[in-house]
Amino acid sequence: MAMNPRNRGPLKVLAALAALTLVLFGAIGAARIWGEEPASWTPQLGLDLAGGRQIIIEPVVEGASGVGEEQVDQAIDIIRRRIDGGGVAEAEVSRLGDTNISVAIPGNPSAEQLEALSRSSQLSFRPVLVAAPVQTLPTDPGQAPVLPLPDDVREQQLEDLLEQAPQDPGAVEEGSTDDAETTDGAYPAGLSTATSPDDASETTEAPIPEAPAEQVSDPSSLEQITPELQQEFIDLDCADDTAAQATAAAPSDQAITACSEDGFEKYILGPVELTGAQVSDAAAGLEQGQGGPTGRVEVQLTFDDEGRQAFAETTSRLFAFGPGAAQNRFAILLDGVVITAPSVNNVISNGSASITGDFTTESAETLANQLKFGALPISFEVQTSEQISPTLGGEQLRLGVIAGIIGLLLVFGYSLLQYRALGLVTIGSLSIAALLAYGAVTFLGWSNNFRLTMAGVTGLIVAIGITADSFIVYFERIRDEVRAGRPLRYAVDTGWARARQTILISDAVNLIAAGVLYFLSESSVRAFAFALGLTTVIDLIVVFMFTHPTVSILANTTFFGEGHKWSGMDPERLGAKRSTYLGRGQFAAPEPPRRTRPSRAEIEGGVV
Amino acid sequence: MASFAQLGNDLYTGKRSFDIVGRRKLWYTVSAVLIVVSLIGLFGRGINFGIEFRGGSELRVSSVSDLSDYEARASEAVAVEAPEAVATVTLVGSDTIRVQTGELPNQTAEAVRTDLAEAFGVPDSEVTSSFVGPSWGETVTTKAVQALIVFLLLVSLVLAIYFRTWKMAAAALVALLHDLAFTVGIYALLGIEVSPASMIGFLTILGYSIYDTIVVFDKVRENTEQAMDTRRMTYAEAANRAVNQTIIRSINTSVVALLPVGTILVVGIVFIGPGTLLDLAAALFIGIAVGTYSSIFVATPLLVHLREGEDDIQALDKAATKRATRRREHEAQGEEGSPTGEDVDATTVGGGATSTSAAPGQGTARQVHPYAQRGPRNQPKRPPKSRR
Repeated sequence: MAMNPRNRGPLKVLAALAALTLVLFGAIGAARIWGEEPASWTPQLGLDLAGGRQIIIEPVVEGASGVGEEQVDQAIDIIRRRIDGGGVAEAEVSRLGDTNISVAIPGNPSAEQLEALSRSSQLSFRPVLVAAPVQTLPTDPGQAPVLPLPDDVREQQLEDLLEQAPQDPGAVEEGSTDDAETTDGAYPAGLSTATSPDDASETTEAPIPEAPAEQVSDPSSLEQITPELQQEFIDLDCADDTAAQATAAAPSDQAITACSEDGFEKYILGPVELTGAQVSDAAAGLEQGQGGPTGRVEVQLTFDDEGRQAFAETTSRLFAFGPGAAQNRFAILLDGVVITAPSVNNVISNGSASITGDFTTESAETLANQLKFGALPISFEVQTSEQISPTLGGEQLRLGVIAGIIGLLLVFGYSLLQYRALGLVTIGSLSIAALLAYGAVTFLGWSNNFRLTMAGVTGLIVAIGITADSFIVYFERIRDEVRAGRPLRYAVDTGWARARQTILISDAVNLIAAGVLYFLSESSVRAFAFALGLTTVIDLIVVFMFTHPTVSILANTTFFGEGHKWSGMDPERLGAKRSTYLGRGQFAAPEPPRRTRPSRAEIEGGVV
Repeated sequence: MASFAQLGNDLYTGKRSFDIVGRRKLWYTVSAVLIVVSLIGLFGRGINFGIEFRGGSELRVSSVSDLSDYEARASEAVAVEAPEAVATVTLVGSDTIRVQTGELPNQTAEAVRTDLAEAFGVPDSEVTSSFVGPSWGETVTTKAVQALIVFLLLVSLVLAIYFRTWKMAAAALVALLHDLAFTVGIYALLGIEVSPASMIGFLTILGYSIYDTIVVFDKVRENTEQAMDTRRMTYAEAANRAVNQTIIRSINTSVVALLPVGTILVVGIVFIGPGTLLDLAAALFIGIAVGTYSSIFVATPLLVHLREGEDDIQALDKAATKRATRRREHEAQGEEGSPTGEDVDATTVGGGATSTSAAPGQGTARQVHPYAQRGPRNQPKRPPKSRR
């Protein structure tokens, strides 16, 4: 059968819709096959459906009236690190509103895990005892593993140590031999300062005469490295997120092992010498040389009185180790992770230090923020903590879906009753909308980690009504045109032109509602708004790309075009006057046109 | 259904018409009563805020097989661990018990959880505990109110631009607030618990209400613009016609929107029990129903009321009334004056309106215009070829 040229346009649009659907599901398929994390054919379920614990915590900064934007960001970072460190797979940490943090942990986390989450966090300064780069894959397999402290460096250090106080070199010796057995390709500590991204140096603003180091119970003492600690250091795997967890929980007066933030370097650190409370300010800026800015980016660190004294003692001791030694460096830890470990170039006694190194403006900014906002201990107050059993969630989902299907069937039945065969178009449109919604939710689950929650499911079910309404508006408009006497073929076009306007403005309002709710609210409201917005967009796609083209094509068929009794567009049922040419100059007219008043010709006796 | 379609036709042509705009005093009174009742609910009884707003601990025991005397057993289990806590025990769905108490410390909550599991003979995993801080609900409410204000501002702007008159936006907003006040009032009056999910429901009602009103107003605008051109109808008449023409759509839309929501409501009440699904559905059900009412009976009469004072509307009304009076006079005259006795078929003037019973397809010759019947130059008529 030759194609009706009238159908070409609508068919093209239908083909585009089919392509769109194929692309959507093709993308899910592709993501499933090639994606880094394989996509699933089912939507990702939110916590309330899949079961788990939902905690909403509010960071509280001790000694400050409010919580600033940056502090919340930092708190989120901390929580995220803790969650990752807790070994919980697929836990989600997100910001809720201005100050709250939402944590969703699948399964049933233990009380200890929960306790660890709400532990408070603070910046601390510890001297570096041993530093070693971490290399998961040796770049040069032929190269034999090297001691973290090669003989020359070690001897140098030992000499320094012996100068200050009598030391037992055995610990270092032992440590070194142990290290030699590690398979991790390790590099000299001296070298690590150069290769590490944390490469940084300390300079003083106002150089002052050196004070001789004197402490006997030296925090930098390598004596603290017990064989256990040494073993711990060797076993420390910076790729393993639990490391920071253990570090953060370690007591402050003992030596610990730690990893750098980027995981490229690991350390044995002495006890805490300063805490963030003693930092009064930190800022990133350009380094000031003698003749103006040098163009290098630096981070300025200012201590309060107490901090100034402590820092002066620390730097004077560390400076004595001389450049190149691991012990010359000190580490700044935030929540169990070394954020930077600069070496000391000078003794700083005025309480104002500057950290320079390979900073970009951004990295310096980040570090300054970490130093500044980590200064005060952040503790976490649990706002809500909800344990959702997976059976309950699953049951809710099952019943919700059943309710949705029943609702959909009722809508189908009603539209068949109202629109007869045209109701089939409604059914088709709603099915396509459901298919697209399913695809979109599944795909977003993979790409944006969108999770379907109960509120989202409700939003989707409620959207059936909104979507169906577009068809109702459209069909009623067509009917209006048919009532006005237009043949269906033209009624579809004129009816569409008018219905389109109504559909567009009402969907625009729905989108505004969804957008406002999405951006201004939180958690479940957000999920609901997202579902509402998504279905509104899908509604537009379906009405424009499926319903209208289909109706246009159907209008060209005999069944619909001539208004069959069951087509739902039967002009007689709609009260239009059928005027069909019967041939031989005769028309089939069930009733003569009603006139409100006699025509001029009738009154005046006809045209002469 | 035939009568429904017939009603639709009649409403469309104006053959049958409900005087909705004209009886606006009645609708205003009805709405005023509704609002007063909901205000009594709001301020008299107050809103029953859920645990999310009050703060406290909630424990749910699911898959309970033996439900006898569950209240006492649950209270007892709570009292062992936390003697001072007042426990509210409710049955949710068919086999879940919900126990709400004041704030319990972590350890106590854990202990109560085990006790409850023991008391009802279910495994520990079937008992879930949640804790809600008192400020949580407050945050949600603040956000909701913010969202409401922003939404109202944006929507009024969009509507004012789209309809090119702020009065339509104002009328739509009044209808919207009417729906919102009524829904919240019903909640307060019936003592239904307000949870954050209900809050979402209230916010969604806004969208629905506006949506419904827009569809009606779109038709009102179309009709009134036409009236402005033809000067055949007053503004009120055109608006009333529009409402009548969209009534069928409004009914269909509401039925279609209420069907899924109603299903959730029924499934929620029977099987699921209090929760996001039920709270949302309940709010939406009430909201959609009252939203349909307000778009027809509140928004349009109010719009006409607001616009009646405008100069061009008054000019239109004057012209249309004058035209109608003239036409009535003319018709009366035409009836008095004897018809000019033309040889037209007997079924002509005025008869058409009543002769709808004529069956289609019978092939009765269509009435041809008198001019065509006579033919040019009044030549004598020739019988059709078949009769020759």
